[in-house]
Amino acid sequence: MTTRIYVPGDSGALALGADKVAKAIAKELDARGVKAEIVRNGSRGMFWLEPMVEVETAGGRVAYGPVKAKDVASLFDADFVNGGTHRLSLGKTEDLPFLAKQTRLTFARCGITDPLSLDDYRAHGGLRGLEKAVAMAPAEIVKIVTESGLRGRGGAGFPTGIKWKTVLDQVQDRKYIVCNADEGDSATFADRMIMEGDPFVLIEGMAIAGIATGATKGFIYIRSEYPHAVKAMNRAIEIARRAKVLGVNVLGSPNAFDMEVRVGAGAYVCGEETSLLNSLEGKRGVVRAKPPLPAIQGLFGKPTVINNVISLASVPIILDKGAEHYKNFGMGRSRGTIPIQIAGNVKHGGLFEAAFGMTLGEIVDDIGGGTATGRPVKAVQVGGPLGAYFPRALFDTPFDYEEFAKRDGLIGHAGITVFDDSADMLKMARFAMEFCAIESCGKCTPCRIGSTRGVEVIDKISAGIEPEKNLALVTDLCNTMKFGSLCALGGFTPYPVMSAINHFGEDFKPRPVAEAAE
Amino acid sequence: MQQAGTQIAARTAEIIGELRGLEGPLLPILHEIQDEFGYVPAESLPVIADELNISKAEVYGVVTFYHDYRKEPAGRHVLKLCQAEACQSMGSDAAAAKIKQLLGIGFHETTKDGAVTLEPVYCLGMCACSPSAMLDGEVIGRINDPETIDEIVEAVRA
Repeated sequence: MTTRIYVPGDSGALALGADKVAKAIAKELDARGVKAEIVRNGSRGMFWLEPMVEVETAGGRVAYGPVKAKDVASLFDADFVNGGTHRLSLGKTEDLPFLAKQTRLTFARCGITDPLSLDDYRAHGGLRGLEKAVAMAPAEIVKIVTESGLRGRGGAGFPTGIKWKTVLDQVQDRKYIVCNADEGDSATFADRMIMEGDPFVLIEGMAIAGIATGATKGFIYIRSEYPHAVKAMNRAIEIARRAKVLGVNVLGSPNAFDMEVRVGAGAYVCGEETSLLNSLEGKRGVVRAKPPLPAIQGLFGKPTVINNVISLASVPIILDKGAEHYKNFGMGRSRGTIPIQIAGNVKHGGLFEAAFGMTLGEIVDDIGGGTATGRPVKAVQVGGPLGAYFPRALFDTPFDYEEFAKRDGLIGHAGITVFDDSADMLKMARFAMEFCAIESCGKCTPCRIGSTRGVEVIDKISAGIEPEKNLALVTDLCNTMKFGSLCALGGFTPYPVMSAINHFGEDFKPRPVAEAAE
Repeated sequence: MQQAGTQIAARTAEIIGELRGLEGPLLPILHEIQDEFGYVPAESLPVIADELNISKAEVYGVVTFYHDYRKEPAGRHVLKLCQAEACQSMGSDAAAAKIKQLLGIGFHETTKDGAVTLEPVYCLGMCACSPSAMLDGEVIGRINDPETIDEIVEAVRA
């Protein structure tokens, strides 16, 4: 068998020069007459080591990184094709602590397989969940998903099985599965990584959802900022169709299911489920009032399962290994694993899949290794632009939906942005309001107008104009937005704003003139 | 101009013909039109309204709702700089200021020679290699490195 050399094709690796590395390796292979196959795998999720090149050896896969194109010749000199030692040697990939400490269920194959090889997918446990599902009654599948305790990984944490049951119970000529891949939250890239690194798992999850609820058509709504994910999903769907994983007889069963990719157009609010449905229908991405729930009247007025990428991609392993296996990971009402994305000013940024329950401090300090700049951590924002800023004093919070809610925060899509002590929290609070103003769909007043007024009031505080009165005004405005907005954009913008005010009050005090003049 | 307008309308009608069979075809049609012309020409809107049997106001509403659709052509290169939180934590402000200064334009502007349009973007999913940018659809990480900034500026001037 020819040696396989893995050079990630994940866009995170591409952003750091993976294509140049792959080209340089191909050139050297040619020049030196060495026989090896270059596989463009997904990323293992350790972005400080990307581009991380791996080689398959008799003793397992060994890694080198971060590799630059100019390192390639010396890697060949060190005989890396046979696992030779080089200054960029990282040892066996599986033994890298960042990977060894993880529990990879949803991301089990990401970075290991060739993302577009269905044979690879099968060889690593793929399609077992769907094979079981086609032999089951829909209600049975829904029961397993419900029992697994899987909750919506998009952020809302709604039990996936209950959503599916509602759709299953509707009697209609047409139902839809919609995958929300409009991953717009800063610090999140789990959806992108799975779509680029293991697209078949999402296809399999959607097909299972279709069979479980009686839906025959699926849509994946991917944001336009993810061109590589769009390409990977389109190609994977084509391959799945040819292999009869999708089509009129899914895996030879009487179940029909097919899907198509739709590309967003740069509106953050379309990550909100009802706004996404409007966008899919070709309308302005304006939020809909609920009820009716999308499960009852969703896309084109038909019953619709709308789930996040990670929720759907977690279903195949639940069907394969059983509800019990998945449920046994986690804590409290947060069952299973969650792909935590550690981002921003952090030494070891990347994707870390683990059972619920690790503390924020363990994630940031032990796994993330502190800040990239080496300065003290000042704040971490958990859950994207609508998530709260947590100070070090709250680092004992366990990663769990309810525990975060208790501390006026949310885990959202599980992205964590780390900030060092140079961060200005007033500026971050202002940005939260500004972002809400840019992205508001305009349907409800608290969000549309409140966000603009919020920016203005925070600017007054910054300028030292009646700071106490204006702080009280922001607090009041946040209350109005929180309870009066139609969706999470206006409703959750108060989380970053109020947490910045409550935990970092010193940043909202009038500033010395010299600094303010900067 | 008249000629160009007629050609745009004709090509728009062709695109609609190819995509109208989709469920909810409007966004795919607009994407295709923008791919074709580099923007969504005003001349396309009445054709879409007519063909899809919706009001011109509705088409206009959709086009203007989404940040991606352009009313006029962009420069030869489009450079998007991520300005979301994770990139801010790694100095995206300073990187953007530097690039703006080197190119002599601000966000939502195109250089006079039509070489490059500069835009902010809120998250490219490159949050573990911040600050990031996208140049003509290709992602670039850790752009706070002065060498990378120089490379980007050189590339867009080409």
